[in-house]
Amino acid sequence: MERFDVAVIGGGPAGMAAALAARAKGASVAILERDDRLGGILNQCIHNGFGLHYFGEELTGPEYAKRFRDKVLADDGIKVYLETMVLSLTEDRVVTALSPTDGLVEIRAGAVVLAMGCRERSAGAIALAGTRPAGIYTAGMAQRLCNVEGYLVGKEVVILGSGDIGLIMARRMTSEGAKVKLVAEIMPFSSGLKRNIVQCLSDYDIPLRYSTTVTRVTGKERLTGVYVAPVGDKMQPDLSREEYIPCDTLLLSVGLIPENDLLTGSSVEMSRVTSGAVVDEYRQTSVPGIFSAGNVLHVHDLVDNVSEEASIAGSAAADYAAGALSASPTLPVTPSNGVRYALPQRVHTGEGKVRLYFRVDKVYRGRTVVVTAGGREVKRKKTLVMAPGEMQYIEVDKSLLTGDVSIRTEE
Amino acid sequence: MDTTCIMCPMGCALTVTEQDGKVVVTGNTCPRGEKYGVAEYSHPERVVTTLLKTTRGGVVSVKTDRPIPKDKIGDFLAWAAAFRVEGVVVTGDVIAENPVSCGARVVATADYGV
Repeated sequence: MERFDVAVIGGGPAGMAAALAARAKGASVAILERDDRLGGILNQCIHNGFGLHYFGEELTGPEYAKRFRDKVLADDGIKVYLETMVLSLTEDRVVTALSPTDGLVEIRAGAVVLAMGCRERSAGAIALAGTRPAGIYTAGMAQRLCNVEGYLVGKEVVILGSGDIGLIMARRMTSEGAKVKLVAEIMPFSSGLKRNIVQCLSDYDIPLRYSTTVTRVTGKERLTGVYVAPVGDKMQPDLSREEYIPCDTLLLSVGLIPENDLLTGSSVEMSRVTSGAVVDEYRQTSVPGIFSAGNVLHVHDLVDNVSEEASIAGSAAADYAAGALSASPTLPVTPSNGVRYALPQRVHTGEGKVRLYFRVDKVYRGRTVVVTAGGREVKRKKTLVMAPGEMQYIEVDKSLLTGDVSIRTEE
Repeated sequence: MDTTCIMCPMGCALTVTEQDGKVVVTGNTCPRGEKYGVAEYSHPERVVTTLLKTTRGGVVSVKTDRPIPKDKIGDFLAWAAAFRVEGVVVTGDVIAENPVSCGARVVATADYGV
């Protein structure tokens, strides 16, 4: 049995930031990563736009990953296990993993940081109707095949979903010589960033249709086309207005799900809204000593926020392992009236400031965000516009939190 | 010209016209929108990221080290599709200087063959 102060499961942006933050507090750290290199999904995100908040400059995904990877690999206090799959995690923090070089690895950790990221929703997850031909990919899978393996997955493309990966792939496929015929979005708005809609679609004259979905696909060996139709208020497609679009490739950018399989059967309390753990401001779950950060906790739109969140978790995990993490009582944070979820879901009483991150349930213009504690207003912030795709935060003084916390929007 | 401002999540719908030799932006909410509208009308630019093939098989990701004129992007991508990278590449290596007179260097954003 190996012993480390902090074991980090996952070596993407969250895992690397957590490991470095734990090291800064003097902890011994292990990172367990199933791919053959650190960096996670950043390695396949060759577009730029990363790091504006965290580094104050615009980087591509591989460059952003490298900044962290170089620091991790240069640090003798961090042991990196690559091509290593974690099989189980117990509540007293024994991590069991399988590695091609070390065999069955057992680690007893003072604290664990979950940093496994998320998975894409697939054709099965959205109950895509029709045949099951080749040519249907999740957008991230196509991105990996294109940008890492060097394969173009198709020539005539329809994309379902206008999340950022879908938008980025529309431009990527176009740059590589494919024709993107349509991006269909079932919602009346895009969950993607404005910048991506302009620079990935408008720049290349790629049409985007809102309130539209793919109703079925055709093709035996290879995809030959998709049917699309507008949807009504209840997401019901109007089949009388179905339209056929010939294509050989359908990319799905229809949502991401935190990859929390390791927690199945554990007593870690989960959120039905985020599909991640319920955490306090240290990103500690309901099981003491187990922390969670990045896309495994809740899906982020900016990696900069992932790095920041994982630094908090890594630093607190090191404190926990050293027996130095405060255990003052917590207050629940409850979202309402336009706020879909807020994170952390619990806040310790005490001193200092805490940032409450939240997402709204639809696009709001000119709304005010209000935080109350024990029924008393403690913070108010006017906003110009808030969209579900862009995570917001509001900072409050912990000393003002004297009762249950609520966060809501007002006209 | 109609476009969408990308300076913040508002996404104002901008209309940019030229009146008496002056570029006029309407539809913006703030000064940043006006500046963006003028730039998009007068000299739209983008940093371009893409892949280059290597002589040993595989691909290496690159970017232009500064924004290039939007109307050069097509030529640039055609150049990139034909170009072959030789040897070992380290992040930050300059792969090409000013191809298709785009005004930028092409810089590797990942390692290859290291």
